[in-house]
Amino acid sequence: MIEIRFHGRGGQGTVVASKALAEAIALEDRYVQTFPEYGVERRGAPVMAYTRIDNKPIYIRSKVYTPNYVIVMDPTLIGAVDVAVGLKSGGSIIINTEKRPEDYKNFIDKGYKVYTIDATSIAIKHRLGSKASPIVNTAMLGAVAAYTGLVGLNAVVEGVRKLSPVKKDENVMAAKEAYKIAEEVKNG
Amino acid sequence: MADEKEIKWTGVKDMPPMAVSLGSMRVNKTGNWRNLRPVIDYEKCIYCFICWKFCPEPSIDIEAAQISERVDKKPVINLNYCKGCGICAEECPVKCIEMVKEEI
Amino acid sequence: MRSVIMGNHALSYGAKLSRAQVIAAYPITPQTEVVELLSQLCANGDMKAKFIKVESEHSAMAASMGASATGARAFTATSSQGLALMHEVLHWAAGARLPIVMGNINRAFGPPWSIWTEQNDSIAQRDTGWLQIYASSNQEVLDSIIQSYKVAEKISLPIMVILDAFVLSHTYEVVDIPEQSIVDKYLPPLEMEYKLDWKNPHAFGGLTKPDWYYELRYQIEEAQEQAKKLIVDTGKEFKEMFGREYGLVEEYKMDDAEIVLISSSTIASTLHVVIDELREQGKKVGLLRIRVFRPFPSEELRKILKGRKKVAVIDRNISFGHEGAFFTETKAALFNEKDHPPIFGFIAGLGGRDVTPDVLKDIFNIVETTEWPEKDIYWIGVKL
Repeated sequence: MIEIRFHGRGGQGTVVASKALAEAIALEDRYVQTFPEYGVERRGAPVMAYTRIDNKPIYIRSKVYTPNYVIVMDPTLIGAVDVAVGLKSGGSIIINTEKRPEDYKNFIDKGYKVYTIDATSIAIKHRLGSKASPIVNTAMLGAVAAYTGLVGLNAVVEGVRKLSPVKKDENVMAAKEAYKIAEEVKNG
Repeated sequence: MADEKEIKWTGVKDMPPMAVSLGSMRVNKTGNWRNLRPVIDYEKCIYCFICWKFCPEPSIDIEAAQISERVDKKPVINLNYCKGCGICAEECPVKCIEMVKEEI
Repeated sequence: MRSVIMGNHALSYGAKLSRAQVIAAYPITPQTEVVELLSQLCANGDMKAKFIKVESEHSAMAASMGASATGARAFTATSSQGLALMHEVLHWAAGARLPIVMGNINRAFGPPWSIWTEQNDSIAQRDTGWLQIYASSNQEVLDSIIQSYKVAEKISLPIMVILDAFVLSHTYEVVDIPEQSIVDKYLPPLEMEYKLDWKNPHAFGGLTKPDWYYELRYQIEEAQEQAKKLIVDTGKEFKEMFGREYGLVEEYKMDDAEIVLISSSTIASTLHVVIDELREQGKKVGLLRIRVFRPFPSEELRKILKGRKKVAVIDRNISFGHEGAFFTETKAALFNEKDHPPIFGFIAGLGGRDVTPDVLKDIFNIVETTEWPEKDIYWIGVKL
């Protein structure tokens, strides 16, 4: 079983990203469970969502404490929140940032793999959200698919199309672009 | 009301599962609560239908009757349901309703 | 159709597929999405139902009762304080023998305010005459709504389908949403013998003197008894058509189990994982999930627990001054059995405290290493 934790801020589409990923996994006929960490959600406040993926029915219903992957939608969360808490040894952190993985030395020193993608620029380019608060979730998902190999691009595109309330085409393009960039990074 | 029927039972095997009246008020006649009966003196009646308006049950029916050129209906006490409260007699502006004892 | 949906929407789709005709509901966290989707489905014509906006949960149940009394299929949903506000009319719905189906999201009572899961809201309604089904997956939530109408309409009693706040209500997972045409075959339109009908007028619920009230209560008990077999039988019928089966209880790795862990809802779901792990360590342990709490499956428990070494019941509820409700009922069911196993009672997860596999393993360890219960009730994970 694969466990994922999403970190974001209220209003960035973190929960929708986790749902779109779940849709994509379901399209590939696998089992998936996704749920937000519920509290008092406010725009801008740190939020989390959890996803479990397996090839057989998922019975465990407690929260995710030791994820294989951590997805950070907003780099300003790093420092404010311990995003790596509980991350399995050798696990991966995927961060929406302009920086390069080498810039996150503290994570690399702990043996984690760090992947970065400038999802904010991709979102702004495709006019998703506003410049001040771009909706980065679909671009992040494209990058996650490429970096992790957890799910295929076609399924991600379907999931994004289904879950995007508006600008479906733009969201799909953002996911595809991020996927392409991440593929290139991954293949060096 | 063709399909109306009275419900009867002897115990849990054949009784309805909930509290339900033994039939509608058409079956369940309540006129036997009465010990005084209103009697209308149609000679004195002015056909104002104030009795009909005031009857709380309502047990005064309006029946077709050619009384005069202008009046084509009259009040009739429905003794199946009248409980003899006497409100009609009290309210009648010409006092043409008399309450008489219900005895044989 | 395989869809990724939240538990709340599993309730909504269950009501839609059951062709509920009247929906009267008042929103409350964490139930809101149930009503949101249903009002949308009614508004855009996907559901041929009347959606009644009401001013409280008491009114929601009252309106559902009015609708059901005319022979319409009624659905509502609530949670916690909302269910408590319905309390008076819940008795009425059962006493009037109305086959209403309701979703209840288990949420802890305030104060202090909590939106997270705990069973005290539904457990407090156990004596109303409603049947109670505790689901442990979104698929089971949807399926249980369809099954509940079938059972409720046969025995003329209302049914509550219950799910954990957030752990199910806001968790998205893959659910097979069945075809309407197959559901229609399983669940024919409602025909009620006694209903509000101007062609055959009757008064309902009128004053009943002691000479017949007693018999009406006996009838409710008879109907609850009848429901046990009906739930199993209609469950088998459901399996033939939909491929999934649910009964009064669920057994997991019980064949040679010496220690039996009993729970309900999502705690029982997580227990599957714990049992697998303990089995790998060679422990002879099994899971018994109580799915139907009313009617309580006493006979099944006696049969299943006969000859076991130890039994533990894990409750996400507390009857203050006593213990957990599933524990009380399990003990009562076995009390008159000769040589019944010791039964341990545990409280866990109140107010949405996460019940992790580690918590459940702690419980197993206590049971495994203790000959006979040393306490009336064990509270797990209290910060002392």
